Amino acid sequence: MTEKKLTKGNIALAEGAIQAGCRFYFGYPITPQNDIPEYLAKNLPRVGGTFIPAESEIASINMVLGVGASGERAMTSSSGPGISLMQEGLSYMAGSEIPGLVVNIMRCGPGLGGISPTQGDYTQAVHGGGHGDYRNIVLAPASVQEMFDLTIRGFELADKYRMVSVILADAMVGQFQEPCRLTPDHPVTMPEKPWALKGRAGRKPQLLKSLYLGPGEQEAHNQDLQKKYREVERNEIMCEESLLNDADLMIVAFGTPSRIAKTAIRMAREKGMKVGLLRPITLYPFPSQQLHEHSERIRKILVVEMNTGQMLYDVKISAHKDADISFYGRPGGGVPFPNEVLDEIVKAMEK
Amino acid sequence: MEKIFTRTPTLTSSETHFCPGCTHGIAHRILAEAIDELGIADRTIGIPGVGCCVFLYYYIAIDTLEAPHGRAPACATGMKRAQPDKIIFNYQGDGDMAAIGTSEIIHAANRGENITVIFINNSVYGMTGGQMAPTTLLGQQTTTSPYGRNFQTEGYPIKMAEMLATLEGVAYSARVSLHKPKNVMQAKKAIIKAFEMQINQMGFSMVEILSTCNTNWRVSPIEALDVIENEMIPYFPLGVFKERTGKDFL
Repeated sequence: MTEKKLTKGNIALAEGAIQAGCRFYFGYPITPQNDIPEYLAKNLPRVGGTFIPAESEIASINMVLGVGASGERAMTSSSGPGISLMQEGLSYMAGSEIPGLVVNIMRCGPGLGGISPTQGDYTQAVHGGGHGDYRNIVLAPASVQEMFDLTIRGFELADKYRMVSVILADAMVGQFQEPCRLTPDHPVTMPEKPWALKGRAGRKPQLLKSLYLGPGEQEAHNQDLQKKYREVERNEIMCEESLLNDADLMIVAFGTPSRIAKTAIRMAREKGMKVGLLRPITLYPFPSQQLHEHSERIRKILVVEMNTGQMLYDVKISAHKDADISFYGRPGGGVPFPNEVLDEIVKAMEK
Repeated sequence: MEKIFTRTPTLTSSETHFCPGCTHGIAHRILAEAIDELGIADRTIGIPGVGCCVFLYYYIAIDTLEAPHGRAPACATGMKRAQPDKIIFNYQGDGDMAAIGTSEIIHAANRGENITVIFINNSVYGMTGGQMAPTTLLGQQTTTSPYGRNFQTEGYPIKMAEMLATLEGVAYSARVSLHKPKNVMQAKKAIIKAFEMQINQMGFSMVEILSTCNTNWRVSPIEALDVIENEMIPYFPLGVFKERTGKDFL
């Protein structure tokens, strides 16, 4: 049996990055993710890696871009205000198809906001943030083990599709401690990257760019990107489906609220209410098909988020047209208690 | 008949998009010649910024990364750290480096990143149509300083070569010009010197090149050369502001 070690979420993520073969970290301090750069500042040099305390998040993401263009694995991590500053770089990376990993341990907003757990950056991460027609792969861990595993997965997906992977976690997942297996559950591989810029020796000069000025060139590039995104949507959806077979009500929640929902579901089942959980692990690609299929039978849906209803829109466009969708959300650092969710379950069941 | 001059192999035969009379093409040529004379074309990666410089990849036959506006020094930092055996250079205009990218250039220089920066100073935003830049001269009329740049409202032209020379991480900082053949030859020497600094792992090197923008200056190409001589150089003096001679790091 693989040994497990009591580990903090952010540390599991940072160790996962090292185990994924990431040797470059660039970042600017911001709470609640500082344990990630601090761990990597100490441990990257031990494996021959590079840590740069960058002058800004703008610089951080562009350093990631430079390493990604070189064909190596690089990452940065931040929270709300810093992630906002990175949106320019994320758009350029999408346009130039340069892979990289960006971690957002969410803090409350808008503005400077607060440092309590929240999920207010769902829309920014999943539906854009930067300019132009592009997507990032978005992974939402709900446990310390997933902080480790999904970081490795994030690097692999980024390289496979030449996209940016975003780890979107709330401060609770980043800060709590759980037993965690700190070795990869599969051999980590790095694909060949013939597109990388390593100097023209032995081949023709290569170029990574996002500027397309010729007639129709940009549209063709957009269509190519969309083809790739459809492939991601076909191949890479991950979600947890729990107690849905007999359920009359399906809770949809990711990250910390999914764990609170599990407790509420147990309480509801003790009272005889048949409730199950659909937990998206990939927020992009969103498990629309899975959600739709379940909602053909389970017509009552309760979306629980630590925001004012952002994933809710993806649930609404995915669910069966006759689905009865309720929402319960706590923004600004409010973390729902299981009995609050139970109350919402009761209300939704009685509707 | 003896052939005494030919296009250096790393300079492509593409026609440039530069306006007739612009000295930007000369900057490209001497850059390509410097790369060829040093024999580093196979292991050199160029990172142009945004503006007239962005199409570098059509004219210089090396690997190229297009950087977001002003961020080329950060991209170069990542690339050089990932590939320390490669020669990495930025190619930035004044809008790119001296305005939106000041944070990135100062900190890359201050870290002593072992990269080379070619900085084209033509005192305006060229590609967007001649708006006022931080390098615009006092009194200079542009589309966004139609009454002439006034120090009381727009401040003074920024002197990047002098400013960067104050940073410990900088190995070489020089300002050259392209307005006379002699100056072109000196500019090429400065570019070679800057690359040599990188090859010898001495730290950050930067060459600021005074270049014409006759279209946006609303003058003829010949008159534009005189503008460099009579108006730019008095404010932006040519010279070497820092040259590290040994690995005399603190």
